[in-house]
Amino acid sequence: MIKTQSLSYSYNTSKEIHFADLAIQDNTQFLLLGESGSGKTTLLHLLGGLLSSQKGSIEVNGTDLTKLSEAELDRFRGKQYGFIFQRNHLIQALTVEKNLLLAPFLAGLKQDSNRIDEVLEQLGIADKKYSKIQELSLGQAQRVAIARAVLNKPAIILADEPTSALDDKNCERVSELLLTVAKQNQATLVIATHDQRLKSKITNLIQL
Amino acid sequence: MNLLILVISYLKAKPLNTLLNIILLALGIAVITILLLFNHQLREKISDNTKGIDLVVGAKGSPLQLILCNVFHIDFPTGNINLKEAERLAKHRLVKNAIPLALGDSYQNFRIVGTNPSYADLYQAELATGVWWSADLEVVLGAATAELLKLEVGDTFESAHGLSKEGHAHEENPFVVRGVLKKTNSVIDNLILTNVSSIWKVHAEHDSIEMVSKIISDTSVLVPTHEAGDSTKEITSLLIKYRNPIAAIQLPRYINTFTSMQAASPAFEAARLFSILGVGVEALTGFAYVLILISALSIFIALYNSLKERQYDLAIMRAMGASRTKLLIATQLEGVTLTVLGSLIGLALGHIVLYAFTLLVAESQKTGLSAFVFYKEELYLFIGSLVLGMLCSLIPSFQAYRTNIHKVLAGS
Repeated sequence: MIKTQSLSYSYNTSKEIHFADLAIQDNTQFLLLGESGSGKTTLLHLLGGLLSSQKGSIEVNGTDLTKLSEAELDRFRGKQYGFIFQRNHLIQALTVEKNLLLAPFLAGLKQDSNRIDEVLEQLGIADKKYSKIQELSLGQAQRVAIARAVLNKPAIILADEPTSALDDKNCERVSELLLTVAKQNQATLVIATHDQRLKSKITNLIQL
Repeated sequence: MNLLILVISYLKAKPLNTLLNIILLALGIAVITILLLFNHQLREKISDNTKGIDLVVGAKGSPLQLILCNVFHIDFPTGNINLKEAERLAKHRLVKNAIPLALGDSYQNFRIVGTNPSYADLYQAELATGVWWSADLEVVLGAATAELLKLEVGDTFESAHGLSKEGHAHEENPFVVRGVLKKTNSVIDNLILTNVSSIWKVHAEHDSIEMVSKIISDTSVLVPTHEAGDSTKEITSLLIKYRNPIAAIQLPRYINTFTSMQAASPAFEAARLFSILGVGVEALTGFAYVLILISALSIFIALYNSLKERQYDLAIMRAMGASRTKLLIATQLEGVTLTVLGSLIGLALGHIVLYAFTLLVAESQKTGLSAFVFYKEELYLFIGSLVLGMLCSLIPSFQAYRTNIHKVLAGS
């Protein structure tokens, strides 16, 4: 459950973005729809605890993010969130397996090899477990990034423009994948995008 | 998964860079290690070999040569001194003990020293097998001499004049081995000891042999088998132990001024030798530190650049729950891993090079240099390289610490 109240953010004194109050239920899917520069990435980062020093309050599963110290916020992020970005941002120096193990390690959770097999299986890339990132196709790399986001069974998955660089066919596939794994892992899915194609998939809209 | 695996994966992802940094540092550390081993062991050898010898008295010439020849046995004699004059000095009230040395011959590059058994006492050298000589032309071998020449008690050999194999051979007077000394790790290991009169006998012209049969009433303090006050005989030098500290001031001046002989202090000449060698050692040490400095710079640049490339990695790791401190530690660990590997390889390389040197250069075996000695300075080198790694990664790790997740991931 994500709730915001009179949230606003200013990059500098001249420009302040005000966000409408939100209330996102557990296990639902939402689209944050808006043009470039409308502040959807800012809102997503605020919701994800990647950006602080805002006005107003953000409550996630009963915790007010604005009241957490930086260290507490780090821990909270690690356990509650999975992030997916437009580019996959996998760590090139590590194999698929190690990239995935990084998620529980950095979040301070138990590293479970079975869980990795399970998630890779869900995403249909079980055979790539020991591959290097450079050996993966773009589509496979994106699946690994999705696998990494859901590995810790986060309550919330935040995705920033996951489909905007993809053609129709791949857009369809990735959005299906996101919806499926979010359901499989019982996570709330919030996608910030300007990609109108997703409207047909996800009906809950937050227009900025 | 842990930080070390992460760091090593990063290092392995850039093998050439990593290799260059490690090799640069390893070379610098290796040069310092070699110098350290050389210098330390040389100093130890010198102090071991000069122990108990306060003053060396010999013919006039270079004092350094006198020491090198009579204490370390690596240079030629400055000349000879008269036995009668040497005896007078040996009885001087400031002299506690005087050991005669008669040099001039060698066998297979191993020097034959005419002396008395108290010379062996200087180095606490005890017999391993056999007995001390009881007659002329009987010898006791140093441990290394016996081992390298493969000589045993009862074997005989003919000496050669001078210090080289090619010297004129004294074929008519073969030496017989009576005993072998235990290893002492000092210069005596590489010598062949005999009495002074053996040396005279080998060098004597045929017509002077009749002297030997004379009855001796007053024996020499230096050569017990010989008559006292014989001014026709000569020895190479006297090793003197002072009776008291005043001797250190009076005796050298007395000898240099009032006799035809020269006195040289091993401690003083060794210090002088070191100050001459010191220039070379310092130049090499300087070179090694320049290498280390370059490697530090190279590590810093590599980390600094890779931090820029890795800003997305850092931001995503923060997003996944890594604290600022964790990233700081990871970056520090990367620098420290490089320098620790570099210094460990460097230390090993130093010992290996010295080992190869002792194997390949025959002369170094005589000096008794060992590659398997470790000094606490090597630990300091290791700790220093740890600190160096932390210093190199100071700025990069601070950059990692300051990673702004939002700015990087919002991708401006």
